[in-house]
Amino acid sequence: MRLPALVLASLVGAAFAAPAIVRYPPDHLDLDARRQPPSAAHWFGTDDLGRDVVARVLYGARVSLGVGLLSAAVAGISGTGIGGVAGYAGGALDAVLMRGTDAMLAVPRLPLLMIAASILQPTVGVLVVLIGLAGWMETARVLRAEFMTLRTRGFVESARAAGAGHARLVMVHLLPNAAHALIVSVTLAVARGILLESALSFFGVGVRPPQASWGNMLYQAQSSLTTEPWLAVAPGLFILITTWSVNLVGDGLSRSRSSQP
Amino acid sequence: MCTFLGKRTLQTIPLLFVISAVVFLLIHAAPGGPLAIYLSNPNVRPEDIERLRRALGLDRPLWQQYWSWLAAFTRGDWGYSFSDGRLVASRILERVPASLELVGTSILVALALTLPVGIVAGVQRGRWFDRITTSAAVAGISLPAFWFGLLLQIVFASALGWLPSSGRTSPGMALSGAGTMGGVTDHVRHLLLPVTVLGVVQAAAWSRYLRASMIETLAQPFVLAAHARGLPMRDVVMRHALRHAIGSVLAIVMVDAALLVSGAVMTESVFAWPGLGSLFTEALARRDYSVLMALLMLTSTAIVVFNVAADALHAIVDPRIAR
Repeated sequence: MRLPALVLASLVGAAFAAPAIVRYPPDHLDLDARRQPPSAAHWFGTDDLGRDVVARVLYGARVSLGVGLLSAAVAGISGTGIGGVAGYAGGALDAVLMRGTDAMLAVPRLPLLMIAASILQPTVGVLVVLIGLAGWMETARVLRAEFMTLRTRGFVESARAAGAGHARLVMVHLLPNAAHALIVSVTLAVARGILLESALSFFGVGVRPPQASWGNMLYQAQSSLTTEPWLAVAPGLFILITTWSVNLVGDGLSRSRSSQP
Repeated sequence: MCTFLGKRTLQTIPLLFVISAVVFLLIHAAPGGPLAIYLSNPNVRPEDIERLRRALGLDRPLWQQYWSWLAAFTRGDWGYSFSDGRLVASRILERVPASLELVGTSILVALALTLPVGIVAGVQRGRWFDRITTSAAVAGISLPAFWFGLLLQIVFASALGWLPSSGRTSPGMALSGAGTMGGVTDHVRHLLLPVTVLGVVQAAAWSRYLRASMIETLAQPFVLAAHARGLPMRDVVMRHALRHAIGSVLAIVMVDAALLVSGAVMTESVFAWPGLGSLFTEALARRDYSVLMALLMLTSTAIVVFNVAADALHAIVDPRIAR
């Protein structure tokens, strides 16, 4: 778990420090150096407009990582709200909210997002909200299950008997004890968010050119796969390394709890 | 058992109502609504659009539109495609064989990978085979399927030239090669790359479940009892533990099988495979809402139905579930 965490930290660092690292701006056109294979001057080569792929991948990392993290935050917050209310209130409200969750889980996520994105033509901010709102169901289920079991535990009952109100019970007693499960589920949502952003951009309905994202770089690479295959390598490799690290961290986090007494 | 299934079936009815409302509202909340494609066409006059709106009943209250759409949909009347005027049902039906062929083969390949990997990794927990396959499985679920497809195209189609990069048959082969040995070989060669993508990605997810389920099962007292009776390891694992461990995994396989039909959107588009996934991307590009709505409703319904079927299967393998 340490190595993937380190990889993630350096990716985020590189995305932040992109202007200091890259030798060319991401939208710098060099028409004398178009379609160059990887070389000492351009490590990952250049595209059809002579733009440096290293620069575009690192600037693209800002978009891809940002969308992944923020959409997971949206998913986490809305999932916590819905799952928390369902698990705490129980009864009819719980039944209604959980049937809604089941319904959302039954609609295939990527096609639904593709339709929504092609209708709304979203900016990056709207894209974050869309991907986040398509991903709250897992968190809601996890949090509801946690709240259901915690609710009947002795310390919660005694707090209620001591006169704690709903807000205090949830904020002080229930949420902190569900935090671990919540963090694991939000971590997995980060990986899913990055994959969904790249898929949407790959279909041309996500992040729009000329702004670079890993997904739309692959969209662009697809049209010249036989002549400039290097354009498809770097962005995909970065997606894989990032989601792989995030998933390994998530696995490590969920194991660290099961080894606790 | 029957009451359990009856109850599960009844529960799906409100679920399908909610899903249909989500799908319907999504299309009608769009700017320009279902007629968006005509709004952007300069050859269509505003009065024509108004006439079309009335003819299609789009001037009625939303709930009335929803109701008549739902009633028609359940009767099997899915309307006409906005882009070529053909019946939505026939446009969808003609893509089903290609989709089933791709998804069915991929599931078989994924299962062929999942079973040995999941069983051995679970039995040899912590040993080198388990470590390698577990990391590989995490990589597999992190892999963007469309990029994996692009890489396979670069290596096997464009660099090595061994396999065709896209399509279901070679041009001309569909007619001359039908039924002949050459036709079958051509078909299999087209299937290889997309099936590899879907098979590997699915196997990564399923083998994680099977491994976890095996580990859980092997710790149960009845497994210890089988060991104590002196059964060879092979029989303990294959006859006793596996039967118990496979139930929950098969349930997941069934649900994912329904998801795969739509999840193949990426793979079908990369390999230009003429299945339902490609129909979806084509309909999306043309804003063909009648096709999109039908596809989304059908896949969601399939997922719900497969969920119930998975529960049934699970209850047959493990009768305690039904209680």
